[in-house]
Order: sequence, then C-alpha cells, then structure tokens
Amino acid sequence: MSATTMQGGQTPAARHRTSLHRQRLWALWGSYIALGIFVVMFLVPPFYTLVTSLKSSAEISAQTGSPWLVRHPTLENFWYLITYPNFQTYYLNSVIVTILPVAVSMVISVLAAFSLARMGFWGSQTLSTSVFLTYLIPPSLLFIPLFQIVGMLHLINNFWCLVLLYPTLAVPFCTWIMIGYFSSIPKELDEAALIDGAGYLQILWQIFIPVAMPGIIAATIFAFTVSWGAFLYPLAYLYTSNQMVLTVGIISDLIRGDVFQWGKIMAACLLASLPPIVIYAFLMDYYVAGLTAGATKG
Amino acid sequence: MAEVSCRKVIKEYDGGVQAVKGIDLDIADHEFVVLVGPSGCGKSTTLRMIAGLEEITDGEIWIGGEVVNDIPPRDRDIAMVFQNYALYPHMSVFDNMAFGLKLRKFPKEEIKRRVDEAARILDIVPLLDRKPRALSGGQRQRVAMGRAIVRNPKVFLFDEPLSNLDAKLRVQMRTEIKKVHQTVRTTTVYVTHDQVEAMTLADRVVVMNGGVIEQVGAPQELYHNPATRFVAGFIGSPAMNFLPCRVQDGPNGGLAVRVSDGIVLPVPPARLDRYGPYKGQKMILGLRPEHLFEYHEQGKPNWFRVELPVDVVEPMGMETMVHFFVDGVPVCARVDPATHAAPGELLPLTADLNQMHLMEADSGRVI
Repeated sequence: MSATTMQGGQTPAARHRTSLHRQRLWALWGSYIALGIFVVMFLVPPFYTLVTSLKSSAEISAQTGSPWLVRHPTLENFWYLITYPNFQTYYLNSVIVTILPVAVSMVISVLAAFSLARMGFWGSQTLSTSVFLTYLIPPSLLFIPLFQIVGMLHLINNFWCLVLLYPTLAVPFCTWIMIGYFSSIPKELDEAALIDGAGYLQILWQIFIPVAMPGIIAATIFAFTVSWGAFLYPLAYLYTSNQMVLTVGIISDLIRGDVFQWGKIMAACLLASLPPIVIYAFLMDYYVAGLTAGATKG
Repeated sequence: MAEVSCRKVIKEYDGGVQAVKGIDLDIADHEFVVLVGPSGCGKSTTLRMIAGLEEITDGEIWIGGEVVNDIPPRDRDIAMVFQNYALYPHMSVFDNMAFGLKLRKFPKEEIKRRVDEAARILDIVPLLDRKPRALSGGQRQRVAMGRAIVRNPKVFLFDEPLSNLDAKLRVQMRTEIKKVHQTVRTTTVYVTHDQVEAMTLADRVVVMNGGVIEQVGAPQELYHNPATRFVAGFIGSPAMNFLPCRVQDGPNGGLAVRVSDGIVLPVPPARLDRYGPYKGQKMILGLRPEHLFEYHEQGKPNWFRVELPVDVVEPMGMETMVHFFVDGVPVCARVDPATHAAPGELLPLTADLNQMHLMEADSGRVI
C-alpha cells in the first residue's frame, strides 16, 4: 500500500497511537473535572473557616460586602484564644486524652493483631472477625451503658474517663488494620526468626514492628484522629471547663446563649485542626501504604 | 554436625489428610541428602518436621542422637534456607547474618569473625552494609546461606532454595551450594522438585511420592536401577519411555518382549533368569530416550531395527530429540544431532536393550 492511499497519510500504528492519545485525553479531562468538584466540596468549608477567623466581629456581622473576602484582616481572634486560659486548658486536656489512649490502643492492637494473625490458635479466625464487628457498633448506642460504667468508676466529669473509653473506639479498627498488615508479611520471616532462636516477643519486637511500621503509623494516625476529634463522649461525660477538651470546649465556651462568636469559633477550629494536619502532612505516605498493605502480593 | 533420622514419621492434618505416611530415613553425618518429588509428595512437610516448624503426628525424629519431637526449632541447632530467602528487610546483610548469633548472646568479636568468614566463603563481603532490597536474587540467596553458615549448626535444611532464580543463576548457585557443602561438610537435607538439582547435588537422593518414600539411593543408582515406575519416570530428563508389552518366547530358546505386532525385542541373555518367571504376563517396558537411537549410529549397539514415522524433531545443539508414537503411546529418542530425521518420514531405530527395564503392570515395581 502506498503512503498516498493511507487515511490522513498515517500508518495504522500511528492511527492507533492517535486513538489511544484521544482516549487518554478524555479520561484525563473526566478525572480533572471529578477531582475539581471534590476539591471544591472539601476545601470550601476550611477556606470559609479561615476567612471568617481573620475577620473582626464587626466585619462578620456587617451586611455589606462579600462574606468570602476579608477587607480588614486581623489576628485578634487567634490572639484571644492563645491567651485565653480556658482554651489552653482544653488544648492541654485534648493532648492528654489523645496521646495516652493512642499509646494504649497501639500497644493493645499490635499485641492482639500479632497473636491473631500469626500465632494460629484455636478460634483466632472467629476472634479476628469479632474484633472488626465490634467496630461496627456505633458509639451513640454505647454511651448510655458506658455512662453507668463511668459513673461506677466515679469518673463522671473527669477527663481520665476518656483515656479509658477512647481505646474502645480505636482498638478494633487498629487491630483490624494491623491484622491485615501482619498477615501480608511472609510467614517464612517468623519461621526464619524462630529457627534463628527468637521467641514470639522477640519476633514481634525485632522483626514485625520494624517491618510493619507503615501499618503501625497508619493505625496510630487513625487512633489519633478518633481521639482528637471525639465529640459524643466528652459531651456526655464532661461538664466543667477545667475538664473539657477542645471539641466540646469550643462550642460550650464560645457560644454564649444566642451569641455565636463566629470569628473565635472559626479560629479555634483552625487551631484545633493543626495537630492532625501536621501529622497527616508528614506521615501521609506511610498512612496510604499502611491502609493498602496486603491489597497486592509482593 | 550430626546424623538425622526419621522413624515411622507421620504427619496428618485436620480432616484426616496424611501428608507423610510413616517414613523411615537415616541421614549420616556430613551427608548431603536431597528429598525430591512432585508437588504434594510430602517432601517439604518432612523438612519442616525436621526443622520443628510442623508438629509430627506420630513417630520420632532424631538429630545428633537425640529425639527432637518436643524440642522447639531454636533449640534443635539447625539452620534453614527458604525458597523466598526470608531475609529481614529492615536489617543490613551483616545484621541478617548476625541476628541468630546476637540472640544467642555471642560476643561481638566472635559475631564479626563468623560473619566475615561466611561472607568470604560466599563472596558477599562488599554487600555486608546493604539492605536486602538492594540485592539481586542470587545475592539474596547467598545471604540466606550465609545466615545459615554463621550459626555453624548441626544440620542445614534447604527448602527449594533455587526455585525463585532464573535458569542460568540456578545452575550457578547449584555449584555454589555444592562448594559450600564441600567446605563446611555440615549434614544437609535439601528439598527440591527439580530432579536435575537432586542428581547434581546429592550424595543420596530420596524420591518421595504421595507421602511415602519410593526409593533412596545414590543418583547413579536411581538412574540405572530405579525401584519403581514412578522413580524411573521421575529421574531423568526427558523422562523414560513406557510401553505396554508382554514377555514371550524368543529365538534360540531365549525370551523376547513384544511391544506390538511389528516390534518384538530380544531380551539380553543376562536378564533371562530375571524375566523368565514373567513369561506370558502383561508388563511395562521402560527405555530412556538416551538408550533409544538411530539404527547404525556410530559407536552404538544395534540390537534390532524398527522404522517409525517421526512426529516432531527437536534439535538442541549437542543432541536432537525425536518424538514418535508406538500404538498411540508417545515415545522420545535422543539421536545424533546430525540426523536427517524429518516429521512424517520413517526413521530406522534401535535401542541398547542392556539398559531396558521391565515393570509389573499393576504395581509398577521394576523387576
């Protein structure tokens, strides 16, 4: 066939490439549009929070101008919160009721996951499933019976009750993530360690924890998010300022009667969001790797 | 260093499936024994029972004159090399090799001395600081072997260590393993499904099938005197040809093996006594491809002549495989590479009948 008889002067291979290029272009456009919609949906609320936090109360209540723009940016809301003793207390309480439950949850989850995934005892499969099923029970069903337990322990209006309760939210899911991660580690690795002379705890500490670090970080981030952002339990069990955590303290302290101090509320939300943002930013790669572990072989 | 013995060892899994059905095996000190057989024959299970990674259902395993049934793997003084290397990915090559010694609280200087010595034997000294992910498959397997060597154990256990390597590297590593054994002389049990590996490495080969040991012997013994049809077919590549036949009277008061109307083979005089009692019975004739060749091939005996139509010709350089059908049964002959055999054409053939095997049709036992 001569070149002149070819469609558009192209060889079949070149036509195939052009067709692939066109298909890829359509797919890319579709992806960009879908992603654009999601980005707008998810970024508008924090953007509005930021804009509002930089406004004075007068500018917020003014009926003129676009609410999406700041005409006279100010840091007075942030300064107020940073120097406000109650806010400092909420922040400190939040840090305590996050770090301790995260640590407790991770110790329990790693030990539970290792034994369930690797020690192969009778009923371990059923137990693994049961652990995950407990995660499916909504906290809103549990907080009334838990109120009785917390009451019996004389921990009502004491933030230490949260240190006790948050692991119940985090442990099932963290264990489930870790079971998946540990299961993806080749069995020969623990067999080699057994023959090398390691006991189960040595295998866990010296082999599994270092190898499964992405999974452990993913589970830690999850436990952190659950504890840091929990709202229902602190709302139910805490009622004085000195015991409150950020989630409940912000709304109970900065909403006085019908008066919503929007600038301060928004600034408080941003300050409260800082730790999760920082943690996600630094550990995002580990988080994704941890959640997708075991999805593919290798 | 130590002997290893299995006494009526049985492994039964839940549901009553028996993977190993009462095997008896004695492995001498310094010996290199290869367990070979098809998938599911129980060879890996046997190795794992020796390692202590599988509990045995019944019987006894002895290592170094001691029953180890209830001794955990770490106290059996064994070292194992796995198919997928099982290197600790977060540790350097040095730490991988030193891990077992550190757990056993060896002094640092001794650990360094042993690791350096093993690294020198395996030619991996420049790799000691690298992580396993930065190594090729062959290098990883050397490190895995190094981890075994540094422990100076009583027994080395290899579980298909070369299966993940490409063909060229496999041949190279096979030689390395043999060299290492010649250097350290540690009693070795090696599992593979590759009969070439088994033949080239072993002092003795243990052929397993269906959870039982079919035959134990030196590689040449298994090749020349297989005990069963399974061993005869498993050892040797290409596999032995099997043809249904009947033993009948031959010329001059001798015997003959009748394969088909046109193929009646004289039994060598040395085998008359052995085959005589089977006269009139249905048997299986076994002939290796290398003992079946072109008629009048230089330096080869011409016991008979039969012409068969060629089905497929496979030139391999130093030899040529020619495939035929005899009464619907596929047959392969290894002929001179200068052959003019072509598909569809008749090729005159003969065989070295001193190398023939006759097997009972029912039991598969070689007589």
